[in-house]
Amino acid sequence: MSDSKDLQAKEKKEVSSPAEQTTPGFVFTPEVDILETEEAITLLADMPGVNSENLDIDLRENTLTLSGVAQPFEAADEEDVLIEYEIGKYYRQFTISEVIDQSKIEALLNDGVLRLTLPKAEKAQPRKISVTTA
Amino acid sequence: MIYRRFFNFPESPFAELDGLRRQIDLLAGKSIPAKAGVFPLINLTENNDNYYVRAELPGIKADELDIEAEGNKISISGERKIPSENEKAKYHRIEREAGKFSRIISLQTDIDSDKIDATLKDGILKLTIPKSEKSKPKQITVH
Repeated sequence: MSDSKDLQAKEKKEVSSPAEQTTPGFVFTPEVDILETEEAITLLADMPGVNSENLDIDLRENTLTLSGVAQPFEAADEEDVLIEYEIGKYYRQFTISEVIDQSKIEALLNDGVLRLTLPKAEKAQPRKISVTTA
Repeated sequence: MIYRRFFNFPESPFAELDGLRRQIDLLAGKSIPAKAGVFPLINLTENNDNYYVRAELPGIKADELDIEAEGNKISISGERKIPSENEKAKYHRIEREAGKFSRIISLQTDIDSDKIDATLKDGILKLTIPKSEKSKPKQITVH
């Protein structure tokens, strides 16, 4: 069970193609869970240090783009003693196959975890089609 | 091109620039992140009065964290739980991990362990650890 497992420290993964970035600094790939039910697709992403003002979610055609900027943490008078993790931008794109009802997307950011609920549009939900004979 | 060897054979010209940036950082004496160690990874900074410990702990609630101070050692432990979702849900991806963690940080100078302050905001834990009076740097005025 996951209860007894010990968490291993991991370095944040940097986005592999920095060519698409226009600002300097680190760009990381947030870790996500994606799950699907008949009604909706839910996406959970770990984005520590990002608050709702610095988070941008964009769904265009079938491409969902998440980008968030973690705020620099240090005050000006602080000096580094030990730096084990870097902060920067989080960026990730997904292609979503089901047709999403764009007007009903809900995003919730809590304790550095983004929860995005993407309800499926009516037409994407299973429907019975009755056949009539002429 | 022989200089490529210094940058671990980058895949693209942009990766090369990234590598170059790191080299420059290294030469400029900027701290380079240590390789993954014990969870949670921490950043430790200081000013004249305090040490600051910061750790990324997304999705962890304040009551799931246990912070203790003894002497000049601070221990951070807890458990990250990921609540289970709808049973009918099918997972496309599972990357986030749950589990227990525990870490002890030793500081080099004496600290005032009664006045440690901890805040948890946007998944970042911040500990403000006051240095003890005798280990603070003294300003000496020249008359």
